Amino acid sequence: MDELDRAIINELQGGFPVCDQPFAEVAARLHTTEQEIISRIGLLLKRGILSRFGPMYHAERMGGSLSLAAMKIPNSDFERVTEIVNAMPEVAHNYAREHALSMWFVLATETPREHAAALERIELKTGYPVYDMPKTKEYFIGLRFAA
Amino acid sequence: MTTEASLDEIDRRIVLATQSGLPLEPQPYHAVARQVGIAAEEVMVRMRRMLESGVIRRIGVVPNHYALGYKANGMTVWDVPDDRVDELGEKVGALNFVSHCYCRPRHLPDWPYNFFAMVHGHDRGEVEQLVRRIAGLIGDADRGHEILYSTRILKKTGLRIGG
Repeated sequence: MDELDRAIINELQGGFPVCDQPFAEVAARLHTTEQEIISRIGLLLKRGILSRFGPMYHAERMGGSLSLAAMKIPNSDFERVTEIVNAMPEVAHNYAREHALSMWFVLATETPREHAAALERIELKTGYPVYDMPKTKEYFIGLRFAA
Repeated sequence: MTTEASLDEIDRRIVLATQSGLPLEPQPYHAVARQVGIAAEEVMVRMRRMLESGVIRRIGVVPNHYALGYKANGMTVWDVPDDRVDELGEKVGALNFVSHCYCRPRHLPDWPYNFFAMVHGHDRGEVEQLVRRIAGLIGDADRGHEILYSTRILKKTGLRIGG
């Protein structure tokens, strides 16, 4: 990454304009060209330094249901359960964490009913209880990482 | 609690066309408009409206924080009195190193924590230092806390709605 890559990452975590030629507007701010901005973003995505470029939608405000859930999975059974959980399209993220509750995943569904059904299926297929922890209040989301 | 904004069929088509990303071309909203079958101006008006109503949190880039060197990612969980969680949430959520901050239900007896704050650092030492700053803010309302470090990303696809 060079200076311009860092500048693009830092600038575009704060927002991207909605106008006819948004890349040109960003380019003017960063003293470069429209084409340079477009190709840099493409390369940063390809190299995995950026995981996304575009609008971030708020699931609940679209009527969807989003929840964090955890399970206590012994090491010896971890791979089997990971396979089952990851195979479910409702699971958006899944992380291994150092704790007795060792698997933490985010369930994203379009309705609360689908959410309950997905939890039930996970419990049935894995044989472990799910600790469902839907947020009851959100205080902040969206840190900007300094590149 | 969050309120639900009403999306019509055209909004939904815009969501479907953009949820995996914006096209990398000089006029990305025009490209979306062609895909959805409406005028570019209409796409922009609707996307601005969704930004305003919070349906779109923001438009921009999401860096892979591991790739930027933030290798220690700690989910910090706290047991705080229910009647103080909102006040503490506002304070802790305002810290510039906290990326997500929520109140969640406890699962007693084995899960006493009702307050979550995600903290990212270059190493665990840095995370622990940041957690001490959170503990300082929470003060005597801290009835116990833990840091759960992620050891592996098992899946990360982001949110998707169906077509």
